Amino acid sequence: MKFLVCISLVPDTTTKISFVDGDTKFNNDKVQWILNPYDEWYALVRALELKEANGGNVTVVNVGGADNDQVIRKALAIGADDAIRIDVTNDVDSFAIASEIAAVAKTGGYDMILLGKETINYNGSNLGGMLAELLDLPFVSYASKLDVAGNTASIERDIEGGKEILSVDVPFVISCSKGMAEARIPNMKGIMGAKTKPLNVVTPQGVGSLTSTVKYELPPAKSACKMISADNVEELVQLLHNEAKQI
Amino acid sequence: MAVLFLVEIAGGKVKKASFEIASYAAKVANQLGTEAVGLALGTASADELAALGIYGAKKIVHASNVAFDTFDAGATAKAIADAADKTGATVIAISQTLTGKAVAPRVAVRLQAGIVSGAVGLPDADFVIKKGAFSGKAFAYMKITTDKKVISVVPNSVGATKGEGSATVETLDLAPAASRVTVKEVVRQTGDVAPLPEAELVVSAGRGMKGPENWGIVEDLAKVLGATTACSRPVADVHWRPHYEHVGQTGVAIRPNLYIAIGISGAIQHLAGVNQSKCIVVINKDPEAPFFKAADYGICGDLFEIVPKFTEALKAFKASQH
Repeated sequence: MKFLVCISLVPDTTTKISFVDGDTKFNNDKVQWILNPYDEWYALVRALELKEANGGNVTVVNVGGADNDQVIRKALAIGADDAIRIDVTNDVDSFAIASEIAAVAKTGGYDMILLGKETINYNGSNLGGMLAELLDLPFVSYASKLDVAGNTASIERDIEGGKEILSVDVPFVISCSKGMAEARIPNMKGIMGAKTKPLNVVTPQGVGSLTSTVKYELPPAKSACKMISADNVEELVQLLHNEAKQI
Repeated sequence: MAVLFLVEIAGGKVKKASFEIASYAAKVANQLGTEAVGLALGTASADELAALGIYGAKKIVHASNVAFDTFDAGATAKAIADAADKTGATVIAISQTLTGKAVAPRVAVRLQAGIVSGAVGLPDADFVIKKGAFSGKAFAYMKITTDKKVISVVPNSVGATKGEGSATVETLDLAPAASRVTVKEVVRQTGDVAPLPEAELVVSAGRGMKGPENWGIVEDLAKVLGATTACSRPVADVHWRPHYEHVGQTGVAIRPNLYIAIGISGAIQHLAGVNQSKCIVVINKDPEAPFFKAADYGICGDLFEIVPKFTEALKAFKASQH
């Protein structure tokens, strides 16, 4: 079975977010870039587990410039067989990224295209649905469990306050949430092996964006927490009623 | 023209998030000098659909084929895009629920429309929309540059505005696309409180509870408030609480009006899922717990004493309001 895992690079979770150029650009200075945790922990690791159980090949794909290669190698160190980087160096939106990946996926004959439920920087959750539509494939979102027998996958996915159990035949697109797999730490053999695994750089189609980010804004600073004595919970009730007006 | 919004239906009932998206669509329609039209797919009562008029919808188009009762992202997206064509809608508003997240991007591709996902405000005159970014640590303002536009709106971000009126309900003839997924079972939480992403009041607890057998005091508090219960990642991981209750970066991201965190230290990953809450109350025995820095109100002390007292005080308060 051929797996394609979409991996995005995001600022490390603990990054202090700031902006430059009149709040129109994210401040890259001193930012540590990591694999988007959901792409890595859930989508990539589950693809590797399925490959290890049933055989196959796991390819990771990233859209971005040569600066990304070091982080892409981490996906290879965790166990992906090969990588594709689509060489887009300007800022583009999710539609442009989906279109570039779809162009690569069309010719690859993949059985399953996996990705995380969202990225932790834009939180759009757009890519999976867009890819599925561009490739005319079924899309299962927020999956927490995935097993395969023959050409049929059994899946559990999150719904509001519950879960849905379903099955779907390959090929399909699936976005992965918690429960799918546990994070893996690359071992020394993996790290050494990653250096010689293929990382193919592909020229982009040059698809344009349909949206643009005009500016960024930080949330207003939170005023200091009002501390209430443990002996005076009635005061909290009054504050929630009179001041916060939430009860 | 027209602004089309998706009416989400679960078990034959209109979901709460759809009242809000009806209001949102009505406001966008008002800005554009047109009207808000809702699309309902599958089995739903005409009375319930007409009631969306209270929230500003002028008309509901209803494609009642039972095939729509089973969810498939591809078939639902096709139906929305077809309905947009039939109603001449140029703006499509969808709640960013789990259903919305699965269909909105597909709708956008079908209509060759730009999409803003995670909107927390209305579009301005240039169709620039404020949206959450960096897991609640910032906002981005995105402009949609295509003629057709898709907006996916975070539940409980703009609120439902109640007015008066009743929407006309018309049958819409839509042929459902063949579903390519087979739904075997749907498991939902029991009870009548709103599911987490839509809940306005949330009582959440973590490792400080010491064990699942102690959750009674959390449930009692939630009951008095009419709140939905939630939990932190560690307690979901050890199965003290069900997976769907887990809020935070890897769980559900929420923005309720009131979030009460009990025995949760407030790691950055937890805050990423709750930091957009309008009011945060933290009860924790550790004065250094990072959550206090993100809170509006805090009580430092033994939660096993404080929570039952707080519940009693709330009961007394609620009784005094009658």
